[in-house]
Amino acid sequence: MEFYVISLLNSLVFGMLLFMLSSGLTLIFGMMGVLNFAHASFYMLGAYFAFQISQFAGFWTALVIAPILIGLLGAAVERFGLRTVHKHGHVAELLFTFGLAFMIEELILLIWGRVALNYQVPSSLDFTIFRLFESDFPVYRLFMLAISVFIFVVLYLLLTKTRTGIIIQASLTHPEGVGMLGHNVPRIFMLVFGGGSALAGLAGVIGGNYLMTSPSMAILLGPIVFVVIVIGGMGSLTGALIASLLIATLQTFAVGYDYSLIDLLAVFNIELGPEPWFPDLWRIKVENTGPLLPYLLMVIMLILRPKGIMGERES
Amino acid sequence: MLKRYGVWIAAALILVILPQIFDSGFAITMLSEMCIAIIFALSYNMLLGQGGMLSFGHAVFYGFGGFISIHAINVVNDGGVPIPLELIPLVGGLAGFIFAIPLGYISTKKAGTTFALISLGLVELVVACVLLFPSFFGGEEGVSGDRMLEFSLTGVGFGSGIEVFYLIAFWLIVTSALMYLQTQTPLGRMANAVRDNPERAPFVGYNIHLVRFFQFSLSGFFAGIAGGLLAINYEIVNSEMIGAAASGHVLLMTYIGGVGHFFGPILGAILYTFLHLTLVNITMAGQIYLGVLFIVIILWAPNGMAGIIMVHRPLWQAGLIRGLLPHYLVALAAGLVVFFGAMILVEINYHLSLSIEPDNPIRLFGVEFKANSWPPWIVSIGLILVGFFLLRPIMKNIRLKWDELTREMQKGKFA
Amino acid sequence: MKLKNMLLFLLGTVVCLVFSNSAFSADPIRIAYIDPLSGAFGDVGDAGHKHFKFMADKINSEGGVLGGIQLEIVPFDNKISAKESLVQLKHAIDQGIRFITQGNGSSVAGALIEAVKKHNKRNPDKTVLYFNYAAVTPAFTQEKCDFWHFRFDAHVDMKMQAITDAIKKTPSINKVYLIDQDYVFGHAVSAAAKKMLKEKRPDIEIVGDTFHPIGKVKDFSPYVAKIKKSGAQAVITGNWGADMSLLGKSVKESGLDAAFYTFYAGGLGTPSTMGSAMNGLRQVTEWHDNLSVEEDRPGDAEFRMSYNEKFGEGGKVPWYYGRIRTMMEMLVKAFNKAGSADPKAVAYAMEGMEHTTYYGKVVMGAKDHQLLQPLYISRFTKTDGKMVKYDRENTGFGPTTEAKTQTMDTATPSSCNMKRP
Repeated sequence: MEFYVISLLNSLVFGMLLFMLSSGLTLIFGMMGVLNFAHASFYMLGAYFAFQISQFAGFWTALVIAPILIGLLGAAVERFGLRTVHKHGHVAELLFTFGLAFMIEELILLIWGRVALNYQVPSSLDFTIFRLFESDFPVYRLFMLAISVFIFVVLYLLLTKTRTGIIIQASLTHPEGVGMLGHNVPRIFMLVFGGGSALAGLAGVIGGNYLMTSPSMAILLGPIVFVVIVIGGMGSLTGALIASLLIATLQTFAVGYDYSLIDLLAVFNIELGPEPWFPDLWRIKVENTGPLLPYLLMVIMLILRPKGIMGERES
Repeated sequence: MLKRYGVWIAAALILVILPQIFDSGFAITMLSEMCIAIIFALSYNMLLGQGGMLSFGHAVFYGFGGFISIHAINVVNDGGVPIPLELIPLVGGLAGFIFAIPLGYISTKKAGTTFALISLGLVELVVACVLLFPSFFGGEEGVSGDRMLEFSLTGVGFGSGIEVFYLIAFWLIVTSALMYLQTQTPLGRMANAVRDNPERAPFVGYNIHLVRFFQFSLSGFFAGIAGGLLAINYEIVNSEMIGAAASGHVLLMTYIGGVGHFFGPILGAILYTFLHLTLVNITMAGQIYLGVLFIVIILWAPNGMAGIIMVHRPLWQAGLIRGLLPHYLVALAAGLVVFFGAMILVEINYHLSLSIEPDNPIRLFGVEFKANSWPPWIVSIGLILVGFFLLRPIMKNIRLKWDELTREMQKGKFA
Repeated sequence: MKLKNMLLFLLGTVVCLVFSNSAFSADPIRIAYIDPLSGAFGDVGDAGHKHFKFMADKINSEGGVLGGIQLEIVPFDNKISAKESLVQLKHAIDQGIRFITQGNGSSVAGALIEAVKKHNKRNPDKTVLYFNYAAVTPAFTQEKCDFWHFRFDAHVDMKMQAITDAIKKTPSINKVYLIDQDYVFGHAVSAAAKKMLKEKRPDIEIVGDTFHPIGKVKDFSPYVAKIKKSGAQAVITGNWGADMSLLGKSVKESGLDAAFYTFYAGGLGTPSTMGSAMNGLRQVTEWHDNLSVEEDRPGDAEFRMSYNEKFGEGGKVPWYYGRIRTMMEMLVKAFNKAGSADPKAVAYAMEGMEHTTYYGKVVMGAKDHQLLQPLYISRFTKTDGKMVKYDRENTGFGPTTEAKTQTMDTATPSSCNMKRP
């Protein structure tokens, strides 16, 4: 029981962090059709910026300033980079973000060095809020959860209740049509790209000290974010939310089971010989498949239902 | 006759002569790796260039070919099946081909971004499997073997690097000729049609899924050959050969070379391998130069190096290229000024930030100076600014001259 | 004229670029340091490079080897890739370098052992000698042992020997949990732990044996929840790098109260990412920061300080590889004993060599080329200015010795059957 409750809480926290990262990406992908490889790099930049700012002005200032800076940076990247390559097609755009991710990592190495940063949870949030069964539940997790839920609510309201939000939603499905109506589509693109980057930056600010801040943090989290937006369906916030929670739960709970195929066979009273074919296959446990499951899910989803859970159209 | 086969004969001659000139162990390794990279990049271009399929997982077939080849070498050494070393790459190719059939069938149902995402997912799946099945993939250490087999068609022992190079060169000629011929077959042509207009192709009676599928499997075959050659060259195959990084490299080199022309990936593979292997020993900032090169190509030369060359072909044939030459040389000079400025800036920054003794002086082109003093900063930023302001009018002139020459050329045509 | 000058300039530049790095004088003895200097593991390789450079400078200032010949460390970046390492090995051999050293990654070490072996067989006049300072797969000095390879780090089984000895002496532990990375090294750790615990403390129950994907887990709290569920009093882990830091952080957050026996809690960069989560973790090493206090060796404290000042960014990236010091000191001895810089002669001189370090005698195995050295289990606690005087990576937490395994007790049965030239 204890294991289930704690795992459920953990997957909620991690899932919401994933959601914050993927919400921006899914909007960018949905609107512009660009698979933004640099998205996780903005997440990394967020953590590094936050570390630097918190050295001078404390965590709370960093929490506000860093995402704004990242958002401006993202908008600039869209304006001066992506827009230039747009005319060469999607492949060029995608490769541009690929190159950008590469350059951001190099620059981070250059400025902050190769060693992981000592970016820690602020002491005002470094205590245990309650004890659950035998385990402590740190307040910082609750704080992360609160921020990400807040972001989801704000985003949802923004997209459904404001004029800009409605235009964004319209250009998700009918980008040409929105342009025809006289809206400045490139500017909306810039806005969404900047906003999405800012969200990734915010995820970096609160995720960097919870996990770790090092030059490899983008590569560590990058691929999984793609999985989230594919499964959720691109352009869909609700989809991204469901997929984030789904993947976090899947990965968290897979850890708890150490059954292997040998155990399955044992149910049917079959025993393997001493030297079976594919010796590795039989001893793989459920807990080992954690990293595999999201990708398996993604490939299956792409083949059977390329729209994703909540998506409206294919790429 | 000579015109048709001249290029191939010249290429073969160059391959024979090169290792005689550059005969150090490192040079031979680099030449071998270049040849392998060419095969791999050409096979990748069968997907990206010919078929319009952007794959992030092409190294899966390359790596799989490598693993099967090294296992084949070990089986031969254990007295299993007598396969001569010369034919081991073919084993790798078949492995790549067979592996590409199921994966290709699944992923080629879709095109565009969906295809790219499927390839991304598949490569992560395969990488995860590498660690789950250590008895085949050898875990982290990989699988190693000894290429000096008892069986040999030619009687060569393949102990030295140069003998291996000639084997690789032979396979390079054979496979690139085959891949070139493939572009001329109906399948190769249909792949282009499916790339350019997937809506219309079915109406002329072609199954676009099958066309993509055949193209994909063939490309897996050639990637497998490249993998087999790599296994022979290094006598070790491990998970890094099959992963996303290797797939990224082939994508970069193909794109830098240019996807629109057959010889593009060849140029890209040569340049990329050269930079990749040599920069690391010259400067700490090698990665950043490669990254800048890549971004510059994407922003301003989306058809790669081959694209730049082919744009000049009509002018060359019309004999008008001489008119551009002086302008290009001036632009080159200005470009070099910017480049040197930027390079000094990058080097001093890397020196200060990442070198082992930042206070020691730095050496560039035989000049020694302190990186944490102000003159190099001023010089480098000055060079960048000067070069930049020189470059702008020069580029404008080139554009004007270009238009002028194009008009002249068209006039010549009508006259 | 202008064009000609420019072409000449261009040519000159290229020539400069190509040759600027290759040394022309053959006077110093060069040692190729082949390790990652860029990319995700660049920090670790960079720190190792600094250790070697520091030692080489020290030896040179004390008069070098063979009566005045200097040592030079030549770095080669292998990006922690086996393939890239082989290319760099060729490069080093081309430049006439006959000694190489490497440590990060058993995949790289395995490839280098094979490559050096083949190279020496095919080029007996240009032999190369390989010193391994950190790759710990036991097989390298057992069934895969080779004459041209020497290891200066204790391998997995030896370190596990030290850990299980410590557990043996702690009767309160009767449930042990194993958590390791899912690859060769992690499996070796788990297998060694199970085997040795069964021999030494048959009453101990192994309540968990988990393998998690290497470098992929972002949040270890589910694993910690599982450890908690098992009721283990002690955990043994071979995790390193990010996998160690993240595990440590989750342990601290959940308030899990178990003794953690780790291989690499103090590994370079790990303490600074863990911060206060360091508290209470144990590590097994051949050297640690407070040994100089415990064994009353002010000279060693001074050595550590001078390194930290010169290369350690004031203690942020401090001295870590005690064995690099041992290795370089033994290398000097071997050169002088052999009387030449011929790899074969040096190798024979190194075999069976005994050497006295700050913390006792160490022996290079004559049969398997494995260094035997004392191993310490130390626990991280808050610095108190007395016994826990020095901290690790400026975290405020420093190691203090809990148990010591003597040199000869670290030996494990060897299955090495070496062919000698």
